[in-house]
Amino acid sequence: MKAYHLFKKDWESELRTRYALNALSMFILVTISVIMFSIGSEKITEYLTGGLLWVVIFFSAMSGLSRAFVSEEERGTTLTLHLIASPSTIFSGKLLYNLILVFLMNFAITFLFMILFESFIIKNLLLFLIAFLLGNVGIAVSSTIIAAIISKASSKGTLYPVLSFPILLPLILVLLELTKFAMDGNSVVESMTEILVLVSYDVIMTTASYLLFDFIWKE
Amino acid sequence: MNNYTVILNNLVKYFGRRLVFNNINHRFDSGNIYGIAGPNGSGKSTIVKIIANLISPTKGKVVHLDGEKEINYERLHNYIGFVSPYLFLYDEFTAYENLIYFSKIRGVKFNEAYADFLLSEFNLYKRRDDVIRGYSSGMKQRLKFIFALIHNPQLVILDEPTSNLDAPGKEKVYEIIAKNRNEKLFIIASNEESDLELCGEIINLENYKNSGN
Repeated sequence: MKAYHLFKKDWESELRTRYALNALSMFILVTISVIMFSIGSEKITEYLTGGLLWVVIFFSAMSGLSRAFVSEEERGTTLTLHLIASPSTIFSGKLLYNLILVFLMNFAITFLFMILFESFIIKNLLLFLIAFLLGNVGIAVSSTIIAAIISKASSKGTLYPVLSFPILLPLILVLLELTKFAMDGNSVVESMTEILVLVSYDVIMTTASYLLFDFIWKE
Repeated sequence: MNNYTVILNNLVKYFGRRLVFNNINHRFDSGNIYGIAGPNGSGKSTIVKIIANLISPTKGKVVHLDGEKEINYERLHNYIGFVSPYLFLYDEFTAYENLIYFSKIRGVKFNEAYADFLLSEFNLYKRRDDVIRGYSSGMKQRLKFIFALIHNPQLVILDEPTSNLDAPGKEKVYEIIAKNRNEKLFIIASNEESDLELCGEIINLENYKNSGN
């Protein structure tokens, strides 16, 4: 419940300042517009559309998810957080906030892809939903712990994509593969190896993040 | 009376290669007011941050005891009230919203009557529903005292408690400290003579600068 109240505080703060929501919305709109202008009337393959979907998701995550901790550091309220909650509560609250943000962001991106790109056809919706769900959890967990690390650094803007790339790359590669399978109409059973890799990634990242957060959080 | 104790065991702090203080051993008991003095840059804020578990010492250990029982650091924040000029509250929220969120995130019940009492004491009751972005620095400082006391902590750490306060604000702070001095443990880090006059014992950090201590 403590983590929920921390999430509620962050969400209420976001609704008042609209920093992450505005940044994310603008980034999504601009990126999809640029892709559409560059494609023009050309027909692109299904696989390429699936790849573009995760590219947009990856870079959108870069632009908005670091705010969870960076905004506290910039406003000087990190100390206040230290004084009102334990590290595990803080990480859980921030993770919940990033999970909601990632799901909202990725629903919007996927919806826009579905209506704007003819070649974005998913034949096995269940498989895509499993990949989408596990992928979002992975992105949220990784982004939250990376945001905690970079919030202590002086060059936050450049460090976030640099650190995110090697951590999120295995996740994005598996998600690309599963999206391709979902477009081909492969069954869930046929794609079980990739799904298990995603589950493992989520479990490892979540466990490692909770274990590491104490050390990252305390100066 | 609550029996709260803080024990500093061989505390050493370096920032890079610069020694801030060396080999501090001390015991703080509730029912007393302790002062930490020293010139600018002597490490007053550093030591209170270490006591509040906000930063780690280079060597040594801080033990918090509630009676005979050592407090787990995961729960330590609920025992500590902290006021300092480098502490910032959420300025997009009102004073009341800040206090409600702090209580809920701490996992303690928000005591509305006590919050109203503290807001009245610090002369902020009429402005409690204003976002604190519009507060003056003195009002923000007074709100920090409410933030430090709202959960009824046993240890109150005050780092430069009267900075930004006018004369009536300072008097109110001294009055609150005097009223609670028998029930709580106060640690005051300051250079102000009037702040340090309240203290029964003063630690001068200049005495802990020698690397051979």
